[in-house]
Amino acid sequence: MFSWLKRGRTKETLKDRLELVLAYDRAQIPPGKVEALRNDLLEVVRKYFPTGQSSIEIEQRGDMVVLLANIPIDENAQGRSKP
Amino acid sequence: MDAKVIVVTSGKGGVGKTTTTANIGAALAKLGEKVVVIDVDVGLRNLDVVMGLESRVVFDLIDVLEGKCRMSQALIRDKRVENLHLLPASQTRDKDALDPEVFKEVVRGLIETEGFDRVLIDSPAGIESGFRTAAAPATGALVVVNPEVSSVRDADRIIGLLEAQQINEIRLVINRLRPKMVASGNMLSEADILDILGVKPIGVVPEDEGIIVSTNIGEPAVLGKTRAGEAFMATARRLKGEDVPYPKFDVEGGFMAALRRLFGGA
Repeated sequence: MFSWLKRGRTKETLKDRLELVLAYDRAQIPPGKVEALRNDLLEVVRKYFPTGQSSIEIEQRGDMVVLLANIPIDENAQGRSKP
Repeated sequence: MDAKVIVVTSGKGGVGKTTTTANIGAALAKLGEKVVVIDVDVGLRNLDVVMGLESRVVFDLIDVLEGKCRMSQALIRDKRVENLHLLPASQTRDKDALDPEVFKEVVRGLIETEGFDRVLIDSPAGIESGFRTAAAPATGALVVVNPEVSSVRDADRIIGLLEAQQINEIRLVINRLRPKMVASGNMLSEADILDILGVKPIGVVPEDEGIIVSTNIGEPAVLGKTRAGEAFMATARRLKGEDVPYPKFDVEGGFMAALRRLFGGA
């Protein structure tokens, strides 16, 4: 919870938060909606690749909010829930 | 304070209403109350970012009024403090979207249906419709005031308006006090402000850079260790009826002052 104490420079945290929240404001999208989409997408990805190190990050690029998915497709992974 | 529904207001903007709402709300929840803090600044919401809950906003107060979602879908539960909830304002609408009578009903529902012990309403600045709507359901008020001329003058105006609305439990939160300046006679003290406004303070919060840091990371100061956080915690305890003494703020801070004390100097 107090990681900022070690890291210092909380303004970097603030800058990231502000850039993201302003992007949502300008696009008139509630942030939680994108967060929920991200979580749902992750759930689907994990259903197919349960052991994979998949990640989906929300990023702000210029005036846009983008979801960046990193899904390593590895058929050697143990989980075989896919038909 | 007996009032279950408390509006946090000031008249003047930028004196710390939102910070006070976030911190008193978090403090009361820490003390065991089931608390909801409501942002009524429709179109200019900020309580969500100050509390660090902005990424979880899906629905808002106006969506609830318009039947687009259930109350439980709009309420955001703070995962860091048990029993602390945020009801965010809409960012895309304007003040006319919120009617005082309808808002009263919403707040009644929060207490009677959702079972909240305390409702804190973060009022927009000003004395116009936004303020009137925010104050409509309240039976108590925290008036946030800074020890400077325009804030004290606006606080007096707001106190008059609150009394006209039959809000009788009014307490002052004196925010951004600089103990050094009070000691040197260059800033109004809490006693001076009591003299001028005739309203009892319930908290005195020193100016503290820790507040900027806690707001940067979106974590209410009462969850960390800062002088201002401790002062907000003490304020919440007094609000619950505890007799908490006001601490003497260390006027002479720093290493040299400590040395002087050590060697018996002034």
